[in-house]
Amino acid sequence: MPEAATAPLVEDPRPPRKLYRSSDGRWLGGVARGLAGHLGLPVVWVRLVFVGLFMADGLGALLYAAFWFFVPLGIGGVGTDPRPTASSVLTTEVSADGRRRLVARRPDKGQILALVLMVIVAMIFVQNVHLSGNTKAYLVPTVLVGAGVALVWRQADNARRARWAEVGRRRRTLNLARAAAGVVLVGAGVTGIFVTQGSTEHLGSILQAALAVLVGIALLAGPYLIRMTQDLSEERLMRIRAQERAEVAAHVHDSVLHTLTLIQRNADNAGEVRRLARAQERDLRAWLYKPAAAENPQEPETVAEAVKRNAAEVEDKHGVPLEVVVVGDCPLDEALTAQMQAAREAMVNAAKYGGEGGAVQVYAEIETTSEGVEVFVSVRDRGPGFDMDAVPADRMGVRESIIGRMERNGGTARLRAVPDGGTEVELTMKRAERTS
Amino acid sequence: MTDAAAEQGPGRHVRVVLVDDHRMFRTGVQAEIGRTGTTGVEVVGEAADVDQAVTVITATRPEVVLLDVHLPGGGGVEVLRRSAALMADAEHPVRFLALSVSDAAEDVIGVIRGGARGYVTKTITGTDLVDSIFRVQDGDAVFSPRLAGFVLDAFASTDAPPVDEDLDRLTQREREVLRLIARGYAYKEIAKQLFISVKTVESHVSAVLRKLQLSNRHELTRWATARRLV
Repeated sequence: MPEAATAPLVEDPRPPRKLYRSSDGRWLGGVARGLAGHLGLPVVWVRLVFVGLFMADGLGALLYAAFWFFVPLGIGGVGTDPRPTASSVLTTEVSADGRRRLVARRPDKGQILALVLMVIVAMIFVQNVHLSGNTKAYLVPTVLVGAGVALVWRQADNARRARWAEVGRRRRTLNLARAAAGVVLVGAGVTGIFVTQGSTEHLGSILQAALAVLVGIALLAGPYLIRMTQDLSEERLMRIRAQERAEVAAHVHDSVLHTLTLIQRNADNAGEVRRLARAQERDLRAWLYKPAAAENPQEPETVAEAVKRNAAEVEDKHGVPLEVVVVGDCPLDEALTAQMQAAREAMVNAAKYGGEGGAVQVYAEIETTSEGVEVFVSVRDRGPGFDMDAVPADRMGVRESIIGRMERNGGTARLRAVPDGGTEVELTMKRAERTS
Repeated sequence: MTDAAAEQGPGRHVRVVLVDDHRMFRTGVQAEIGRTGTTGVEVVGEAADVDQAVTVITATRPEVVLLDVHLPGGGGVEVLRRSAALMADAEHPVRFLALSVSDAAEDVIGVIRGGARGYVTKTITGTDLVDSIFRVQDGDAVFSPRLAGFVLDAFASTDAPPVDEDLDRLTQREREVLRLIARGYAYKEIAKQLFISVKTVESHVSAVLRKLQLSNRHELTRWATARRLV
């Protein structure tokens, strides 16, 4: 994302670059960061310019407020972050149900600091400016109103961001408190203006009248507003549903329909049809039940993943169904990787020589005990069986790639004939250190 | 699972209700059971959602219900919940066999804990399905390799086993039996492997099922919590 901002013409798929306020790493409204990203300047410069302009009769503040008001908040930020630390970056996290969601890490400390600094600067500014007594009297209430408005506006930003980022749900009370504080500030400011105007004696009646007007407006517009918010949230829900459906449709279109077409074309070739159907079933299952795992085609990192991946590949290659059952999981290390390779070899053998008897059963158990982790893999077929002694000594397939490989890495391999026909390969490997 | 075929006497008869929201699948199962010919499995009713299922089951009082896990109206668990009285009937208990394409452990464990006597996947062959139906009719538990895997996962040993909850814990033997089921062994093969009788294997499996259905152990709870079930 940062590269796209500094070198926008290279590979930015969206040609009309729009100015957004940045929601990440912002101090106040994200104006400076957004501008910096848009212009390709360091954020510090932009901030300094704003501060400098602020000294010029508060022009910077006005400008900043205008930007804040008119420029929409963008997610991900077009901001160039000179230090790509994790503290202020939008990250994807895989939640417990396996779905990815965007999580914004907010640097709240910086924001608070910025607000405090701003107030101090404003105070110094006020002290230094010589104003006529009349104007000066208005200053404090105006500042109060400004602070209240800023508070409420900042909150609107947060609410907006929460909608994309799914954060801030449990901060509802805090938000309410903030809104209330904003209202109080604005109210105090407005009251202050009245007070300084000298119309204190009418204050009570004015407040009453204002209250009456507000209540009247609320009564008139209330139902309409409620309806509108309800409609809006309903519409949002529908849109989310439509998006989800589009995603499902895209997947179904891409793979399922494709496979069905292939199956229709290969209807005479039973083996091919079976292979296609199995591959598609597996793909769909992975997509339906493990959304996160389905999208990462890179190397497997855990034993369970590796076993499933190997089984899927063997299944595809040899057209024999492999039934995989995995209990527990742990990350792979060198020895376990070797075990996975041996297991794969066993699966290939089972599929090649024992596949006619039915599905090959692959069972992996990762047992965590107090001494460490033990990984057990068994591959069993219902084929004609296998006699180790009958295999000529020069045939190294099983000896080297399964037994030898396991023993070199400190594990054990055992091949045996199952009583009612078929062969079973058992591979055991210990993983020394504890896994959490 | 194939070894039950030997036990099927010629005179055996079982009345079955088929609960699945996919008509094509119901037809397929009907055909599959019919194809095995003289099996003695008679489909006396079909249902496509929870309400229908409860009505049909109450009306026909079958011996075995083939129950899909995913159903409109609350899923298989809801059917089990509303059929609790029928399951508890001492003279003619209605028994449930879960039948699903679901890969999600929580779905499967959910129906088992709800009182289903077993779980098989929809890829099961007709013969094996008929075997499983008879097995359930006899009151046995039917564990597919995948279910055995899920159960082992659910009961996975923790670092600090609670001492006073031995009752809820799987015994060494039960665990062994489950492992062999997960490895694709039939009951007869397990019996041979462990030098015990098939009846003993069956009783171990039933014990596991009972523990699964009764247990409220903290491990299971934790397992369920980790998967956002409770």
